[in-house]
Amino acid sequence: MNCPECDASLNIPDDAAVGEIVSCPDCGADFEISKKEGVNVELKQAETVGEDWGE
Amino acid sequence: MSKICIVFDRLRSEEKMLEKQAIELGHNTTMLDAKITQFNTDSQKNDYDFGNVVLERCISYFRGLHFTACLEFLDVPVINKFVVASNCGNKLIMSLCLKKNNVPTPKTYFSFSADAAKENLEKVGFPLVLKPVIGSWGRGVIQLKDNDTAEAMFELRELTNGPHDRIFYLQELVKRPPRDIRVITVGDQAIAAMYRKSSGGFKTNIALGAEPELCDITKEIEDVCVKASQAVGGGILGVDLMEDEKNGLVVHEVNNTVEFKGLAKVAKKNIPKEMVEFALNSTRK
Ligand SMILES: Nc1ncnc2c1ncn2[C@@H]1O[C@H](COP(=O)(O)OP(=O)(O)OP(=O)(O)O)[C@@H](O)[C@H]1O
Ligand SMILES: [Zn+2]
Repeated sequence: MNCPECDASLNIPDDAAVGEIVSCPDCGADFEISKKEGVNVELKQAETVGEDWGE
Repeated sequence: MSKICIVFDRLRSEEKMLEKQAIELGHNTTMLDAKITQFNTDSQKNDYDFGNVVLERCISYFRGLHFTACLEFLDVPVINKFVVASNCGNKLIMSLCLKKNNVPTPKTYFSFSADAAKENLEKVGFPLVLKPVIGSWGRGVIQLKDNDTAEAMFELRELTNGPHDRIFYLQELVKRPPRDIRVITVGDQAIAAMYRKSSGGFKTNIALGAEPELCDITKEIEDVCVKASQAVGGGILGVDLMEDEKNGLVVHEVNNTVEFKGLAKVAKKNIPKEMVEFALNSTRK
């Protein structure tokens, strides 16, 4: 799978689940896994960090 | 068989560990993305698949808080309860809860305009620690050493002008070793603790790269943490302590959605297991 932003190759671990974030090693963009069926993975733009994020 | 639901907005290793534990314990386990869940004023518990109890684990505080309100509206048991999330989410409210319940906590000053905050600074003197009332991971926490830094910080707040920028939370600078203590409490019991060391600056947050190191839970730590947990209303919490040279252990914060990935690697107790068991037991009472 390639980065929707810069086309670099994304390494998505086999045990990655829907809702997890993958970061592009080249451009640093964050994507959220929105669908995963076997090897078919769909990504969406991850939310940006909010002021109220954290513990 | 018991059924547990884990609500998330960003799946971190913590949520995956909780899921794995719940499954290993033989519970029917569902993961629910808060971002794609709908509620309305006619919603009924039976419309959903929440099971016996929900663990609310959103990374966004306000999302988690409002989601919890909806769950409680449906009479779904949720950890943490709305009142606990609300007590912990705002540093001013939390400081008041701690002090009211005789939990040792640093002296803290509250002002409601930049002018009033300046006036207080002139009276009390430097240094003081300025903290946003909402927020985590040490973001925006800054030591005010002199008038120039104070002016600059207050000016920045005028620019951002968010609803919480008008609330000024200023705390005495605690003299302590270059570390603080993070304790995870589950049902008013301290189950694991670590030191968070600073990597040079005065902040010790793991998110900023501080190294985790196991800390023995002494009787004193246990006592302070139990009191802190009870003060905010119990549940699953992260209690942050400083070793004040002057006053001994002081609690400077209680976290509502505690992160534990670092600590889980070194802790003697199985942290996610304790959390899942507590959540399910709390519904049986
Ligand atoms: N009054 C104080 N005196 C000295 N150091 C302090 C004081 N308050 C906070 N610190 C240090 O600053 C850092 C951030 O403070 P604090 O924990 O209040 O912020 P936070 O954003 O809620 O972080 P977290 O959610 O990770 O605990 C901590 O490492 C703490 O040790
Ligand atoms: Zn990229």
